[in-house]
Amino acid sequence: MDKRTSIAAVVGELRDGMTIGIGGWGSRRKPMAIVREILRSGLKDLTIVSYGGPDVGLLCKTGQAKRVVYGFVSLDSIPLEPHFRVARQAGTIEAQELDEGMLQWGLYAAALRLPFLPTRAGLGSDVTRMNPHLKTVASPYDDGEELIAMPALELDAAIVHMNRADMHGNGQFLGPDPFFDDLFCMAAKRAFLTCEQIVSTDQLLKEGGPYSLKINRSVVHGVVETPGGAHFTECPPDYERDESFQREYAMTAKDPDAWDAFRTTYLECDSEEAYQEAVKAR
Amino acid sequence: MSEVTRADICAIAIAETFRGDGEILASPIGNLPQIGAKLAKLSFEPDLLMTDGVAYLRGDVAPVGAPADNPIVEGVMNYRLVFDTLWGGRRHVMMGASQIDRYGNQNIACIGDPAKPKAQLLGMRGAPGNTINHTTSYWVPKHGPNVFVEKVDVVSGVGYDRARELHPASTRWHEIRRVISNLGVFDFETPDNRMRIRSVHPGITVEEIVEATSFELAVPDDVPESRLPSEDEIALLRRIDPKANGPKEVPG
Repeated sequence: MDKRTSIAAVVGELRDGMTIGIGGWGSRRKPMAIVREILRSGLKDLTIVSYGGPDVGLLCKTGQAKRVVYGFVSLDSIPLEPHFRVARQAGTIEAQELDEGMLQWGLYAAALRLPFLPTRAGLGSDVTRMNPHLKTVASPYDDGEELIAMPALELDAAIVHMNRADMHGNGQFLGPDPFFDDLFCMAAKRAFLTCEQIVSTDQLLKEGGPYSLKINRSVVHGVVETPGGAHFTECPPDYERDESFQREYAMTAKDPDAWDAFRTTYLECDSEEAYQEAVKAR
Repeated sequence: MSEVTRADICAIAIAETFRGDGEILASPIGNLPQIGAKLAKLSFEPDLLMTDGVAYLRGDVAPVGAPADNPIVEGVMNYRLVFDTLWGGRRHVMMGASQIDRYGNQNIACIGDPAKPKAQLLGMRGAPGNTINHTTSYWVPKHGPNVFVEKVDVVSGVGYDRARELHPASTRWHEIRRVISNLGVFDFETPDNRMRIRSVHPGITVEEIVEATSFELAVPDDVPESRLPSEDEIALLRRIDPKANGPKEVPG
């Protein structure tokens, strides 16, 4: 099945109030082209589930994220995401802060269509104070251990960015870490994959081994080729993080004029192509 | 032999926290923790597993702050495998602490009320899962009363008093082994697992440490000095840290 589509069509499927999972990790291989389209769309009241980076920061800054489910929100080379930090300190978002492993467990439970998965992670910590909805479950066996029942994190939609894909939705990562992108897709009702390059299926193994084909087409509903689509986050081996752009982005949290200039130049572009042109012209 | 710095003393103390760990994943987070763990691996704990800081296990030991020319990769340790490994207990992490209390509760999440924090910090990250699943130590480069606090604002890493309230089966692998600061070495080897001064770094007094700590530390009658590096260890440290990143983190 040819699942090629456009970022506008993908974002056209999203609705206010949806729970959206965003792949990648910190400032690494984030599906920024779709995030940028969401910023242009005016979608609101979103719940964002993410190993957070600038995706979360931007959606907090524009007020489109109502609730964020996360273990951390970081830009890696800049440890604290500045816009997320401002939003937390102003109390403008609902924060569901979890242990990083619990986040994986919640996605995995959703992927397996289970109501929860048990874990020790979180026991004794203030994760339970910050998430009063979390319940524990007693082992039904002789040990009787009391564990956290991490509820499934069911997603209305997932967006991920891969290095390569074919038009059917088979996705390939060529960098060092697949992160949890496959789980995001499996946990979602609809999953959308952007990539640096769409290649024919018989070319997928040209650049990586079979285990680099981390996402198979059965869990993907749309594919878009977006060269530079992870900018300014890293997408190795295709490109490294754009550190100077990231620094410029981070500065906008301290200076409203800088934010206005950033928004005008990079976020109010008509399209992803115009954004990429604006970045080149920097 | 070059002069022994305070950073060297810290690196040795950090290395010592990994002594006896054997074939597990050592996850030292931060500059001096990296230096110390690499020293342990190059000397008395050669079987430790360490990553390249990204997603691969390194078969060799590279200097800190320098990209390796021909890295030897002995395995993969992407984030999913990190969680598998740590939930399976085959790991010893050394994390930082924005706040830590007498029972080893650690906060890296935020300052103030977590519903609307005065300062959002890193977030919970992996601290809750780490501390309940395997050995954890902490590194504090600037020991002060705002770090060593009476009560942490948020519990990210679980301390001994919190662990005691849980089902005993859940805390079988809970161990806060050591806290290393720029002033001394601390452990929880007391009857009720209160933090104790294990050693003071040369040139530091017990009084200075007590002054810089907001809660009452257990102070043994005889507090030893943290041990000095041997000549071989000094040579290794200069090789591991050719750009002197350690002394930039802890001067003196």
